[in-house]
Amino acid sequence: MKNRLTERGMYAFMRIITYFIVVVIGYILFDIFRGGIGAISWKFLTDSPRKSGAEGGIFPVIVGTLCLVLGTIAVALPLGMAAAIHLSEYATQGRLTRAIRLAIVTLAGIPSIVFGLFGLGLFVIFLGFKASILSGSLTLACMILPVIIVSSEEALKAVPRSFREASLALGASKWLTIRRNVLPYALPGMLTGSILGVGRAAGETAPILLTVAAFYLPKLPHSIFDQVMALPYHLYILSTQLPDVDAVRPMQYGTALVLIALVLGLNLAAIFLRIHFRKKYRW
Amino acid sequence: MTQNPKIRIEHLDFYYGRLQALFDVSLNIASNEVTALIGPSGCGKSTFLRTLNRMNDIIPGIRVEGKVFVDGQNIYARNADIFTLRKRIGMVFQKSNPFPKSVFDNVVYGPRIHGVKDRRILEEICERSLVRAALWGEIKDRLNQSAMDLSGGQQQRLCIARALAVDPDILLMDEPASALDPRSTAHIEDLIGELRRDYTIVIVTHNMQQAARVSDVTAFFYEGRLIEVGITKNIFTKPTNKQTEDYITGRFG
Repeated sequence: MKNRLTERGMYAFMRIITYFIVVVIGYILFDIFRGGIGAISWKFLTDSPRKSGAEGGIFPVIVGTLCLVLGTIAVALPLGMAAAIHLSEYATQGRLTRAIRLAIVTLAGIPSIVFGLFGLGLFVIFLGFKASILSGSLTLACMILPVIIVSSEEALKAVPRSFREASLALGASKWLTIRRNVLPYALPGMLTGSILGVGRAAGETAPILLTVAAFYLPKLPHSIFDQVMALPYHLYILSTQLPDVDAVRPMQYGTALVLIALVLGLNLAAIFLRIHFRKKYRW
Repeated sequence: MTQNPKIRIEHLDFYYGRLQALFDVSLNIASNEVTALIGPSGCGKSTFLRTLNRMNDIIPGIRVEGKVFVDGQNIYARNADIFTLRKRIGMVFQKSNPFPKSVFDNVVYGPRIHGVKDRRILEEICERSLVRAALWGEIKDRLNQSAMDLSGGQQQRLCIARALAVDPDILLMDEPASALDPRSTAHIEDLIGELRRDYTIVIVTHNMQQAARVSDVTAFFYEGRLIEVGITKNIFTKPTNKQTEDYITGRFG
């Protein structure tokens, strides 16, 4: 009898916690939506900011974040996937690979401000890239590399060994085997994990604070060496750096809403990609 | 029978790390014959089979000593070409492992890997291989279907077709019918009977009746050593070694 009660009690407890989490998230999203939807207008999305962002729109800010997202993808995805392929398919498993994996996991736990300082030191100052999309993308890429490597490795490991064996037994080289018979089936998982990582990068403030973000730059970037405004940093400015914070509250909410919509959009893209590839490379 | 053996194994020792799995195995395998490798679980017959096309190379930490000559050339020589070797020696695995692609793409995977691009040639190869694997009739209208939709017996025959598509001389089969029902098993055994005319076949089997039905020569392995080898009929009716006799009569294994 006591077992039954405990069983039910635990079940109810876990259920309540889950609902609680959903409610909290739901409330945050709802609050942002309610506060921001009023500020969203065509003008808001396509106009440039004026008066340090107190008036006008956030178009260059959106463009800035998009540039950073693209830049991060361009750097982190190939590097991360290549590293995962090496670790999973080529490297002899031993002390060195264990050390590498430990380093990757440790990297994942490093606070984002530390990445910002690292990016400042290496990319902005030492390599001379100055505050730019390039510096920002490289920094963000470093930050999400662990996520990409880990999820890519998982995806590669999930491909059955028999695919590789049968291909090798037919006289194929290792790389041909990977390219034709492993990668296509691992790609859905690799992409999904990667995009989720990129979504996180899109919303980070500390790394871009020191490497790319501009306080007020109402112009669009012309090259990767330009500075840009970015949504997370802009939100920070609107919330703390302007004289009349209350007056710009609608803009804060609007910016937050746009940022969340962007991240949600990336996550949805990941889901769609996964569904599409799963159908195509069913196994 | 062994005038010019297709495969000649000389004093083969095989190690998984520090564990020795094969001890001083010497054996001749003749062309256009079916050689069966029998023995209890763990006796090394599958390991031995895989040394013939160097498939053990993909396992880290292995060591091979001794020589294996295929058509007179030592495949473990320093500059041996593994890829051509694996093209000339086809392998069929215990659990059929078709790729999750269409039937056609499965069969022509090998030729494509080796550079054949012409669609017509690929289609010819596909038909020829499926005919040889006794699968063409059942499948000729379903070439674009996924190979995963086939039955177990069909999948295994597809794997045989896939191995044949690169035009090997030798076929290695590692318990090819052990995961199949009796009827499919009979199909595979008939197939082996027909294939022996054009190929040299080495088959590992734990099923002694199968070995007796299908092979010309049988080799008995026990604990990593080749105990006895001879014409199948003789091995099963008057084996010269006591261990062989015990195994055949079911006293162990």
